Amino acid sequence: MSVTDSVACLEDVGLSHDGGQTFILRHVSLSLLKGEFVALLGPSGVGKSTLLRVFMGLSNPTEGQVTEASQSAAGVAAGQREAGKRRAQALVFQDARLMPWRSVLGNVMFGLEGLALTRKEKQARALAALRLVGLEEAAERWPRRLSGGQRQRVGVARALTVDPDLLLMDEPFGALDPITRSALQDELLKIWQQTHKTVLFVTHDIEEAMKLATRIVVLSGSPAGITGELKVEAGQKDPHSSAFKIYTARLRAMIAGEADPGGAPYWHSAEI
Amino acid sequence: MVPAPSSLWQAWLDEVHGGFWQQAILDSLSHYSLGLLVGSVFGALLGLLCGMVAVVDGLLEGVVRLLRPVPGLAWVPFAILWFGLNMAGATFVIAISVFWINFYAAYAAVRGVDPEFYELAAAFGHGGFWGRLFKVVLPASAPGLMAGLRTGLGQGWMSVVAAELFGVPGIGARMMQASSLLATDVVVVYMLTMALLYALTDFLFGFVSSYVLRWQP
Repeated sequence: MSVTDSVACLEDVGLSHDGGQTFILRHVSLSLLKGEFVALLGPSGVGKSTLLRVFMGLSNPTEGQVTEASQSAAGVAAGQREAGKRRAQALVFQDARLMPWRSVLGNVMFGLEGLALTRKEKQARALAALRLVGLEEAAERWPRRLSGGQRQRVGVARALTVDPDLLLMDEPFGALDPITRSALQDELLKIWQQTHKTVLFVTHDIEEAMKLATRIVVLSGSPAGITGELKVEAGQKDPHSSAFKIYTARLRAMIAGEADPGGAPYWHSAEI
Repeated sequence: MVPAPSSLWQAWLDEVHGGFWQQAILDSLSHYSLGLLVGSVFGALLGLLCGMVAVVDGLLEGVVRLLRPVPGLAWVPFAILWFGLNMAGATFVIAISVFWINFYAAYAAVRGVDPEFYELAAAFGHGGFWGRLFKVVLPASAPGLMAGLRTGLGQGWMSVVAAELFGVPGIGARMMQASSLLATDVVVVYMLTMALLYALTDFLFGFVSSYVLRWQP
């Protein structure tokens, strides 16, 4: 894995809102590689969403550096972004955050406004994104007519339609009922396999992280730092396998800030 | 001295035959619509600006506190002084009274915008002033803005009387003339006329409002 495969990279990032008195994040280094599905796991309120917003460029780190895809990854995709037809990142919010005054299609097209596309192109791309999440026929509806799961699908479509290098998801399924959540997880995996997007998925649910991710990064402590990470292979995704149970136990320990009980390969992000 | 309902009909016919009724409506309608337009637009714009930009809010806070309690009627002498006994003066009085309603409606509406929408806008490249204004503030505060406009429609008709009190021709002036001659039937005819005009404007505005806010439940 060379550095050029990295889509976005944090180097020794620290974030403080009071000019360095107290830090929310400290010494966080995390590199996201092209095409991987990274779950950012940690207890509620630890700063996972804050870290996501640093990747998104919505928060500026007090210390350290953020390197974005455009500086590292070359190729047609980046060239097209320079031409203004794509965005580097897109964010899916926990609460879907649809604008109630826009139709479903209007909400998806919001992502494309400001890009160098004609109205027709925008509409076509937004409809394609809605098709991807299975909501094409709801395009003209108002958000208030949607169920929680459908709203979240629109949020995903809005992010996908900008064709981002990096898809950031902030506990997108946390507020949904278990049946809808499971269905949306399956769909997200399908979409990920189709689009080969790089995904950073924030969650506090170990099972969800194990099901979705190819790599799990644990954020814990105060100020929060990366306390460990695991690669998840296909064989470890079966909830009844012993590998799954070992991994779950290790992740619990990492979240609690305890020593890694071991049992499988273990990295610190700095070693990658 | 309350006029009999039967005498109202005759009084109205006389006013119509003399052409006074039509002319008064035309005159008042032009004061009303222009004053409403000017007052609503400036009130809403300044309200939006104060709601969005803390610096502007801070600068104007004192002026707003000072001017807000001045009733529309108190502006009449100034309107006469600055504009004279004419259409501009009447328009000014109506505009002033409508201005504050829209100012506060817009200000409150902007303050009520969920800040999470600003984050959403920033995440998709609309974090600047204009992006926030057009993508978030205007649509999100539309219900408050529309409520302000609607209240202003009523307030505007009420201040038509004040604006025309001192002789600028129109419904208010005609009412004053009639009441000084103790022609209460004519006064009531114009009161009803004004009520009808208000009902009509409010009714029409209802359509506009429900179209603009069709996304609301």
